[in-house]
Amino acid sequence: MNVIYSDVLVIGGGLAGLRMAIGAQRRGHKTIILSLVPPKRSHSAAAQGGMQASLANVIKGQGDTEDVHFEDTVRGSDWGCDQVVARMFVNTSPKAARELAAWGLPWSRVRKGDRQVIINSQKVTITERDEAHGLIAQRDFGGTKKWRTCYVSDGTGHAMLYTASDRAIAEGITVHERCEAIALIHDGKRCYGAVVRDLITGEIRAYLAKATAIATGGAGKLYKVTTNAIICEGIGHALALETGVASLGNMEAVQFHPTGIFPVGILVTEGCRGDGGLLRDCDGYRFMPDYEPEKKELASRDVVSRRMEEHIAKGKGHKSRFGEHLWLDITLLGRHHIEHNLREVKEICESFLGIDPAEKWIPVRPAQHYTMGGVRTKPTGESQTLRGLFAAGEAACWDMHGFNRLGGNSVAETVVAGMIVGEFIADFCDDKNNGIDVSMKLVEEFVSREKGKIQSLVNSSGKENAFKLNLEMQDVMTKSVGIFRNAEALEAGVKQLQQLIERSRNIGLSSKSTASNPELVAAYRTKMMLKLAQTVAYGALVRTESRGAHFRIDYPQRNDKDWLKRTLAFWKDENGTLPHLEYEPLDVMKMELPPGWRGYGAKNYIDHPDTPKRQEEVDAIKKQMEGSDRFAVQEKLMPFKDQLPAALRGKNERIDEPLKD
Amino acid sequence: MSEAQKTVQSGGAQQTRNRTLTFHILRYNPQVPGDKPRLQQYQIEEAEGMTLFLALTEIREHQDPTLQFDFVCRAGICGSCSMLINGRPGLACRSLTKNMGTDITVAPLPVFELIGDLSVNTGKWMRGMSERLETWVHTQEKEINLSKKEEVMDPDLAEKIYELDRCVECGSCVAACGTAQMRRDFVGAVGLNKIARLKLDPRDNRTDADFYELIGDDNGVFGCMSLLGCHDVCPKELPLQTQIAFLRRKLATIECTECNK
Repeated sequence: MNVIYSDVLVIGGGLAGLRMAIGAQRRGHKTIILSLVPPKRSHSAAAQGGMQASLANVIKGQGDTEDVHFEDTVRGSDWGCDQVVARMFVNTSPKAARELAAWGLPWSRVRKGDRQVIINSQKVTITERDEAHGLIAQRDFGGTKKWRTCYVSDGTGHAMLYTASDRAIAEGITVHERCEAIALIHDGKRCYGAVVRDLITGEIRAYLAKATAIATGGAGKLYKVTTNAIICEGIGHALALETGVASLGNMEAVQFHPTGIFPVGILVTEGCRGDGGLLRDCDGYRFMPDYEPEKKELASRDVVSRRMEEHIAKGKGHKSRFGEHLWLDITLLGRHHIEHNLREVKEICESFLGIDPAEKWIPVRPAQHYTMGGVRTKPTGESQTLRGLFAAGEAACWDMHGFNRLGGNSVAETVVAGMIVGEFIADFCDDKNNGIDVSMKLVEEFVSREKGKIQSLVNSSGKENAFKLNLEMQDVMTKSVGIFRNAEALEAGVKQLQQLIERSRNIGLSSKSTASNPELVAAYRTKMMLKLAQTVAYGALVRTESRGAHFRIDYPQRNDKDWLKRTLAFWKDENGTLPHLEYEPLDVMKMELPPGWRGYGAKNYIDHPDTPKRQEEVDAIKKQMEGSDRFAVQEKLMPFKDQLPAALRGKNERIDEPLKD
Repeated sequence: MSEAQKTVQSGGAQQTRNRTLTFHILRYNPQVPGDKPRLQQYQIEEAEGMTLFLALTEIREHQDPTLQFDFVCRAGICGSCSMLINGRPGLACRSLTKNMGTDITVAPLPVFELIGDLSVNTGKWMRGMSERLETWVHTQEKEINLSKKEEVMDPDLAEKIYELDRCVECGSCVAACGTAQMRRDFVGAVGLNKIARLKLDPRDNRTDADFYELIGDDNGVFGCMSLLGCHDVCPKELPLQTQIAFLRRKLATIECTECNK
């Protein structure tokens, strides 16, 4: 048995994994990253539009602070998020943006003086301040009160990923590319690493570590049409789920992005609408102001996606041979703007649609985009139930997005969570009690169990085809667990997934190699993905309310009275076909921002009995402290700073909030 | 769908019979003892908007599950899928079959270590290049004060740096390079472009002499024979020709000043 030791094992080489690894390695803990692909190919690269950080450099961002970012995030989440975690996040995000700047990220910068922008389809001249010249620029994004999204043209994720990846190389961090974790090694209480398969040679190895961290991104490939990369299959989620001990939080919360290119689902950034692009129907009519008079095209993604589908259902979609779609019009932004600030969009339109978006409209329809749910962790990033297992980024649910994530908050989360969780991992490794005190017998058991699974797949005389099962799963998820959900479809979906899970125990392969073998990979991954798909579908069936991206036609209200709680899914029975669900209540009495109307979308919710009481308390504190500085008021409402690593507790300097040295 | 199909869209989606495409794919799996490189043929029916990503996936899922290739983003941004398409390096995911004849030949990129069929180990090559050229911003400051405002940068300079930062390390330039075929350690246009990008960046405090140490030889900027295949095939249309010429001129003068001392 080949065993590889390190202090920290990070599974996933995207932004969250890289940043965690850098944090841990800098604290003196030897870190190995496992990555399915070279880290620079990770899906983080696809975050085009930008990263939210309340730097308040541009004039339209003036007055922005952590407070405003916090409120936008909580409203975006439809009050499903952990407000303490949201606070930790908004306080760290400016630091993350500035750290990347120091590491060489070529952020787009503010140019002083007049410039023309498009706001609500009107040409407007705004004047940037002299003192902002050369600082990091921000653009507008959905669901935000201020222009807060820092960007590098529309290649933000790419530039961030390259900066972080080159930084990781500078730190001498080992990356084992084309290596896939196929099971976590644990004793029911403590995680000790993973069983890993080399995707080139097929060799199975044990990686043992004090701390193991999952940073494998999202699970878009559970759906047929997704903006996600083809490696975003949710395998990291499934690894945790299959322990039977770690839980997944809120898996039914799945985001659909309004502007996936029709029909293939390749993303065009929210920056298009942020910069002034419009949505139009089959008549060329701009319909969003009719539905959302305040935020129009820039309501949160769950709301815009639903409004688009609603409009298509009214017969206003443009009919094409692949079905119906709407149009994204960015022609009004002008060629110069598109060629400088939306150049990836232009390239994608040219390559895949053969159109020039400076002249023609882009066919779009909502596509699966983001997995809010993930490995449920404490604010430190450690699993609530399996010690030594950490998670960060899209694969985690710590939980800052609740039931809907704001644009620009995910790529920000990757680096922010990486910074925070990286420190907590290092603390964990510093503790003398957390050595690798695992019995080799247990390790051998795990390795031989996994070898056995691979061998039995290869030897199987089963008649089921893995690729076909995968497609059927995607069909079920698309039909039953999409943007609009109801009991009938969900029940049918859950049943079909149960059947698929059973059929997946009978997969046979036509190619018998245990070395690099795409069919074998599809086989074991499909089995894992089906369980994950079932946690999404079953969670959605049981949650009889609508919140954020989870929309039930039969229960259209957000129901704080009965459902202000987080879903926790466990897969306790290896041979079962359903997850075990538990619920974790959110405490309204501790919220800084008690539940209310989001400011967009339907004004339709049932209050929690504690909400009026807490609102009164909050109002009284604010009144009593009128005139105090905003930090003192915030501290009084909901203390959070002691939850952050000491190095990240500082304030954030802005043009209008200078720091004294 | 049937409703939609009845509607004839402007732009001419007139129903015609789809073409049958014949793929000639270079197959070879070094993991299999005794395996020999060969061209294998597959036929599929072309579909509207078909890319090589869609075509190869269809072949794998319906005809030959052993076929190896690498796709990640399938949107032209991650650089995973460069291969020789009718003899020319390019990103397969955004190569539309409608722009090609009915016979399409696909082979793995040369120069890089072959994993199997169309899959090559660009990651290993790129990591090696990054380590040799130290392709990260070298700053003096160890601890950054994260509470303070960021350093300012001229907006035009930031855009210029991003222009070169757009490289996706797909390996097309290396595969199209005459020197790289002959010199195993040649850093390629990808490496030279990285140095040009870092040299432009005021946050990197390395001097021209430091860069000369890294690329001032035949495995660096003086190994380039100016055939400029790199420039022709770069999927991000990076200005590689200008960057290489600029570096060479710049570094050649350094050498002279050193000699004259």
